[in-house]
Amino acid sequence: MSYDKFTTLTSPAVPLPIENIDTDQIIPARFLKAVERKGFGDNLFRDWRYDKNNQPIADFPLNKAKYSGKILVGGKNFGSGSSREHAAWAIYDYGFRVVVSSFFADIFQGNALNNGILPVVVSPEFLEKIFTAIEADNNSQFEVDLQNQKFTICATGESADFTINPYKKHCLTHGLDDIDYLVNMKEEIAAFEAK
Amino acid sequence: MKAKTLFDKIWDAHVVKEVEGGPSVLYIDQHLIHEVTSPVAFLGLESRGLKVLRPEKTVATPDHNVPTINQHLSIKDELSRHQVEMLKRNCEKHGIVHHGLGSDGHGVVHIIGPEMGLTKPGMTIVCGDSHTSTHGAFGAIAFGIGTSEVEMVLASQCIMQPKPKKMLISVNGKLNKGVTAKDIALYVIAQISTSGGTGHFVEFAGSAIESLSMEGRMTLCNMSIECGARGGMIAPDQTTFDYVKGRQFAPKGEEWDNALAYWKTLKSDADAVFDTLYEFDAANIEPMITFGTNPGMGIGISQYVPNSDKLTGNDKLTYEKSLKYMGYDQGDKMVGKQIDYVFVGSCTNGRIEDFRAFAAFVNGKKKAANVTAWIVPGSRAVEKQIIAEGLVEILNEAGFELRQPGCSACLAMNDDKIPEGKYSVSTSNRNFEGRQGPGARTLLASPLTAAAAAVTGRITDPREFL
Repeated sequence: MSYDKFTTLTSPAVPLPIENIDTDQIIPARFLKAVERKGFGDNLFRDWRYDKNNQPIADFPLNKAKYSGKILVGGKNFGSGSSREHAAWAIYDYGFRVVVSSFFADIFQGNALNNGILPVVVSPEFLEKIFTAIEADNNSQFEVDLQNQKFTICATGESADFTINPYKKHCLTHGLDDIDYLVNMKEEIAAFEAK
Repeated sequence: MKAKTLFDKIWDAHVVKEVEGGPSVLYIDQHLIHEVTSPVAFLGLESRGLKVLRPEKTVATPDHNVPTINQHLSIKDELSRHQVEMLKRNCEKHGIVHHGLGSDGHGVVHIIGPEMGLTKPGMTIVCGDSHTSTHGAFGAIAFGIGTSEVEMVLASQCIMQPKPKKMLISVNGKLNKGVTAKDIALYVIAQISTSGGTGHFVEFAGSAIESLSMEGRMTLCNMSIECGARGGMIAPDQTTFDYVKGRQFAPKGEEWDNALAYWKTLKSDADAVFDTLYEFDAANIEPMITFGTNPGMGIGISQYVPNSDKLTGNDKLTYEKSLKYMGYDQGDKMVGKQIDYVFVGSCTNGRIEDFRAFAAFVNGKKKAANVTAWIVPGSRAVEKQIIAEGLVEILNEAGFELRQPGCSACLAMNDDKIPEGKYSVSTSNRNFEGRQGPGARTLLASPLTAAAAAVTGRITDPREFL
């Protein structure tokens, strides 16, 4: 699936200081019935964002006008549970390009990287600093520098290094995906099968 | 030669290529697909002009969206029907075996694979579903993948994966009366948390694990994803070989002998090194029940809802949010709380042994009047066996009806949804907010504990009846 290339991003961030945010919250199962990959952003965090009458729940961060930006900051163990890639599609479709947490569930992390979303892991202490910076100023800017693998709180200049697999970094920087790589391996795969 | 774990042996045998600075290209022996996570993968494949490389290594069945009554009728929900039909069409187009609704092979994808003998020791198995970890019970590397990865496997029969770390969880000793594989799973997750296994592949070992049937082992490995692990596995032994032998896709004759010789080598070397080790004593495990909104929030059924005194910051807020959703208070006793629904089924507890345990418990008793119960076999084969063994008469006599196979109330995608605010004692795998329907409150437990709740209408310690 094609997605925008990722290099650097400077943006405010939306805080979601809840732990163990599972993929059933990111996109509830009843919205997984589509057979195409579009429109999932409307139902991102559906049951936290809207009440049963489809009215926005005022105190949910995505509904607060004061928060904006392409960076979502979540509590630890973000993306646990189901393997549904729809969770990554919903986050991307809504407009986020970076998700920051102190800890990601494995399958979600892989799905994010396969869809042009950069998962940034920071220490629990640094995560608190990000939440504090957003609370101090809702428009506080953050810089995500993929090339140098650095996440910076612009207001204070404090930064944290993050890790990413070099291959995945290459893919993200160039907007490539694994299928491009694998289909070029046909002969090696056939040779493996013949063993 | 360097000592290897069970995981290393199977992983190393499937690496096609190591990508420099990157993940491994891993060959996949068996790919399973269902209707929810495959349509976009087929679309992707077609937009690239690619074919399915090895259609004979993929097997399909619709399970998440299907109704569990009147399966001979057209599916009422238009979107569900479309998704189920799309799976059939994609399979026809690409030459993939499809076990459609109502056919003999139909069922929950993780139930039919082992039943048919598609799941065997030493294999690599993937599916666009996190509970693919179930198949690890046979000593296979089995894990859930996203839709992009489904597309990768369709296109190349390979997947790109970083090699996970290895964890050994040993459970030794004799299991207490009324304690099942489900209770072991919930106990382990409560001990190590829902993120304790992240980045790891788990091997379960020890005398309590060896004593489990294949059904029990599947339940345990199924739940390994709930501690955050990529998957769980158990070294194959005589229990495994006896289960596989004679099944439709099991090797036969000389092939069986050769396979068996190889399978017997599939165990961790005595001096193999694991990154993380846990050891638990089976004597400490009692029947478990969850009280919160993730599978790690489980306690022994005789216990009280823990208080949040030791928690701070977001931990405390998240914990309190969870209890508020459940309508429980710190210090509440679990036993005696009224419940509304009981669900027996899913890829976690939808196998014959689960229905035998449930039926044996309710035999001669009556369903409580305040309880709505959904008893849902994991597959047509399980359904037929329930009937053949006479369990259905026992269930009917006690006031329960047997439904038709599907994922049912495990996730709110089909008609079986728990209403808002209602309490459901469920043998499924996740108690997340809204998992069984918007506002539904899920209490995860074993089929035995579900049976005790079904006949009393409250959370009840099944040991009182044993």
